[in-house]
Amino acid sequence: MSENYRNNFLKEVEERVEEGHWVKMCMQCGVCAGSCPLGAHWAHPPQELFMMIRAGKREEVLTSDSMWMCTSCYNCVVRCPRKLPITHIMHGLANLAYRLGLSPKNQTTQKFASMFWNNLAQTGRVNELKLSLGMYFKDGFGQGIKNAMAMQSVGLGMVKAKRLNPMELFGGHGIKDKSGFHAMLKKAREIEDRRKNFA
Amino acid sequence: MAKKTYSFYPGCSSQTKASSDNYLKSTNSMCKYLDIELKEIPDWNCCGASIGYAEGGELPRIALSARNMALSEQHNPGMDLVATCAACWLSTREAKERIAHSSQTLSEANTALAEAGLSYKGNQAARHMAEVLVEDFGFDELKRGVKKPLQGIKFAGYVGCQTNRPFGLAGESFENPKYLDNLVEAMGGEAVPYDQKVTCCGGALAFSEPEKSQKQIKDIIESAYDHGAEMIVTPCPLCQANVEIYQGEVNKRFGTKFNIPVTYYSQLITVAYGGTAAEAALDGQLIRATRLEDIAKK
Ligand code: SF4
Ligand code: SF4
Ligand code: SF4
Ligand code: SF4
Repeated sequence: MSENYRNNFLKEVEERVEEGHWVKMCMQCGVCAGSCPLGAHWAHPPQELFMMIRAGKREEVLTSDSMWMCTSCYNCVVRCPRKLPITHIMHGLANLAYRLGLSPKNQTTQKFASMFWNNLAQTGRVNELKLSLGMYFKDGFGQGIKNAMAMQSVGLGMVKAKRLNPMELFGGHGIKDKSGFHAMLKKAREIEDRRKNFA
Repeated sequence: MAKKTYSFYPGCSSQTKASSDNYLKSTNSMCKYLDIELKEIPDWNCCGASIGYAEGGELPRIALSARNMALSEQHNPGMDLVATCAACWLSTREAKERIAHSSQTLSEANTALAEAGLSYKGNQAARHMAEVLVEDFGFDELKRGVKKPLQGIKFAGYVGCQTNRPFGLAGESFENPKYLDNLVEAMGGEAVPYDQKVTCCGGALAFSEPEKSQKQIKDIIESAYDHGAEMIVTPCPLCQANVEIYQGEVNKRFGTKFNIPVTYYSQLITVAYGGTAAEAALDGQLIRATRLEDIAKK
């Protein structure tokens, strides 16, 4: 499928990236480039990513870890003179890269985002304990113990303040209509995959 | 004033024994004093927050919010939907606008919802609790219930991102929203001006990019201290958690000695209205808000 898009990355972005049809509206003013809280760590700020998309630099854009540094702060969105939904385009680019298997390996935010989604998709609600344990153990058991130890004081404090429930590990929060919920998500995914040519 | 009733979306973090358990408890107390009835949306699900994008994509994320709104329309008709979590509010309102702007999205969302036997009409507003306080009550009305003014306490009102952008409260500026300060002052406290009021704390990346986010958190707390604040107050559960929980880590990393309580507006209002420390869920703070506890004891 991706073959069809080789020569026209802008077209691909318009079709497969959330709010991607806005990219061509960017006038390269640079306001968004100074807006990202973790901006120092972006190799390519949003403005540059938009320029690269138009220049057809597919590989460079999709393998970048820049958009994974987006904190969804919406600074850019309220400042952009052209009203581009930049936050969502960043999410959409990251999603496309991930779906194509091009995103950088071991990108921590990507792992967290996947864990978060899988956690909620299972039961309908997020289980914070499983989510945080999953995050600590993402690099394997040894590192997980180290990570968990480092955050132990925080965790115990949260349990004491009754803001983390150790029993969640064995069940915890969830919705009742799980089967309807799962069927809904499956259908939504199907429709999206068809529309974006992932099917 | 007559009783007000809203369709309530608590969100995952506000569940019992979840990270903002204290937000939920104090919100319930605050609502009792204001004669607000919150009707929980039956069987609501997680909204996916912003971070759901990588695995979730677009339509599945919209479907999550559409399911909540459809359940709300069906079970709590004629009410506004109200969320206390900034991220929940944002996802819900964003999904609502996406659907309103595209008949294709509407029909796709409803095709997905049909699998769960639901349908979405879009006849309820999606609001944040702060909007309810400011717009449906107003500061003068809120002031009237104050029994124990929070006199002499200096607060840094930390609005953060998602309660403020991209929607925010009507009539407020993105760079310097005033409603949280006005709320503090309505309760008799002092709101200090400081320059990190709308700075992002890193959001979900506090977890996946701890070093980078803790720099943000440090800047926020430092500025609050520098401007004389004794306490931070926020309308967002993730802001609250990030700024409170990681202070120890920030201290280790930057050699600071931060130890500043981070509270919710609902806790301030509960205490000012004469509620007990338990009603304000002050036992839920990792860093005790002793000045509020003292007032609650009086
Ligand atoms: S602020 Fe908007 S117009 Fe300016 S560079 Fe960024 S996306 Fe383009
Ligand atoms: S929402 Fe993302 S892209 Fe926009 S300013 Fe914040 S971090 Fe940057
Ligand atoms: S944004 Fe957070 S609190 Fe709100 S529903 Fe999602 S996970 Fe729960
Ligand atoms: S300040 Fe942080 S937690 Fe609060 S809304 Fe922004 S990113 Fe989310």
